[in-house]
Amino acid sequence: MTRVHDMGGRFGYGAVRPDPDGTTFEESWHARALALTLAAGTLGRWNIDVSRHARERLHPREYTRFSYFEKWLAALTNLLVETGVLEISDLLPCAGDQTARAPSSHALKAEDVNALLGRGSPTTRDCQGLARFSVGDPVRAHRLAENRLVPGGHTRLPAYAAGARGRVLRHHGFHVFPDSNAHGLGEAPQPLYAVAFPAAELWVNPEHPHDEVVLDLWESYLEPMQ
Amino acid sequence: MEGSENGPVSAHSHLPADPELRVKALEEVLVRKGLVEPAALDAIIDMYQNRIGPRNGARVVARAWSDPNFRSALLADASDAIAEMGYVGRQGEHITAVENTPDTHNIVVCTLCSCYPWPLLGIPPGWYKSDEYRARAVREPRKVLAEFGVTLPKGKAVRVWDSTAEMRYIVIPERPPGSTGMDQEALAELVTRDSMIGTGLPMEPQR
Repeated sequence: MTRVHDMGGRFGYGAVRPDPDGTTFEESWHARALALTLAAGTLGRWNIDVSRHARERLHPREYTRFSYFEKWLAALTNLLVETGVLEISDLLPCAGDQTARAPSSHALKAEDVNALLGRGSPTTRDCQGLARFSVGDPVRAHRLAENRLVPGGHTRLPAYAAGARGRVLRHHGFHVFPDSNAHGLGEAPQPLYAVAFPAAELWVNPEHPHDEVVLDLWESYLEPMQ
Repeated sequence: MEGSENGPVSAHSHLPADPELRVKALEEVLVRKGLVEPAALDAIIDMYQNRIGPRNGARVVARAWSDPNFRSALLADASDAIAEMGYVGRQGEHITAVENTPDTHNIVVCTLCSCYPWPLLGIPPGWYKSDEYRARAVREPRKVLAEFGVTLPKGKAVRVWDSTAEMRYIVIPERPPGSTGMDQEALAELVTRDSMIGTGLPMEPQR
C-alpha cells in the first residue's frame, strides 16, 4: 500500500510548535546537509523524483527516527552509492581511495550557484495531447494509492485521498509524471489538476461542513464520475 | 538502483551516526574526489541564509494589496507575475497564489515531504517539515491554527492545499484593517511568513 512518509491525516501526533522568529537553519549542519544535497544533485545522476523516492524508501524505523535533514543525508549517501559515484569503502574512515582528485568538470562552481538556483528545473512540458478532464468535472481518485508501473514505487497520490470523490478546480498543464520519472522510465508527462475534495469525503469528523482539501493529481490518478 | 521491492539500501549506515560528523564525512569524501567544491556549498548557504526569504513573498503580497492589475495577473498566473518581480528559481518554478476572502481561509502543507515556495519564502521552518504539521494540517486545520494563535470566524471555510506536485502555493492574506493609505514598503512589513503559509494572519498597523 503506502509508505511511512505518507503522513496526511494520521492520528497520534502532538501539537505543532510555531517558530515566529523564523530561524533558517536550526543547526549549522542542517545548512551543510542542504547545500551538499543540492551540489551533489548537479552531478546529474538523478532527478528530483529519484531523490524523493530515496528518502521515502529509507527503512520505516529510520524514517521515523531521523530528523528532517538526517533523512536527506541518508538518502543522499544511498543514492551516491547506488549510482556508482561512491563505493561503500569510500564511506569508511581511512578506507577506500584516499587520493585527492582535481575538481571534476561536473562539480558545481561557486560562481555558478546563483544561476543554477535561479534557473530551477521546470516540470511543465509542451504537449499536444488532450486533457481528459475540464475544470468543474467530478472525478474520483484511484482507490489504491500505489505506483502502477513499479511495485512499491514512488507515487504522489496520498493514501488519505484514495477513492475520494472531488472536482477539478484547476488544470496546471502537462507535468513530468513522478511515478515514471523516479524509476528511469522516462518523463511521461501527463495533465496535472488541482482537485478539491470536501473534507467530509476524507475524514469521518470534518471540522466544518464547507472545508476542502485540494491536491495536485496527475490524470492517471483519476477516473471520471457520472 | 531501484530495489524498492527488496527493502532499503543502507549504504548510509557506514557513515558516522552523529549527523554533524556524518555530513562532515560525506563532504570530505566528495571534496577529495573533486565532485563538490566547499566554496559552492558556502555560496548555496549564503543564498538561503541571507538573500532569499519571506521578505520576497511579503513584497508580492503588498503589491497585490496595492495594485489591482497586479493582483488580477497574480491570481490568473502567479508564475508569470512573480517572475516579473525576479523571484524565480529552484522550488518556485511553478507558483499559484491563493487569496483569502471573508468566506475562505487558505492554508498550505506538503503531507508527503516538505514542498515549499523557496524563492518567495526561503527554506521552510522546522514546524512545516514536522510530522505533526504534515499529519494534522489536512484533517484538523483549525486545531493546528489554534496552536498558532489563530481563530477563524465560525462561518469561514478552510481550504487546505496539499502540495503533492511541483506547483508551489503562496497565500495572499486579507489586507488588515487600518492599513488604508500605507505604501507597499510599509504594507510588506505587516506580512509575516506564516500569513503566507496560512498558519498566521498579517500584523495590524501600529496606531
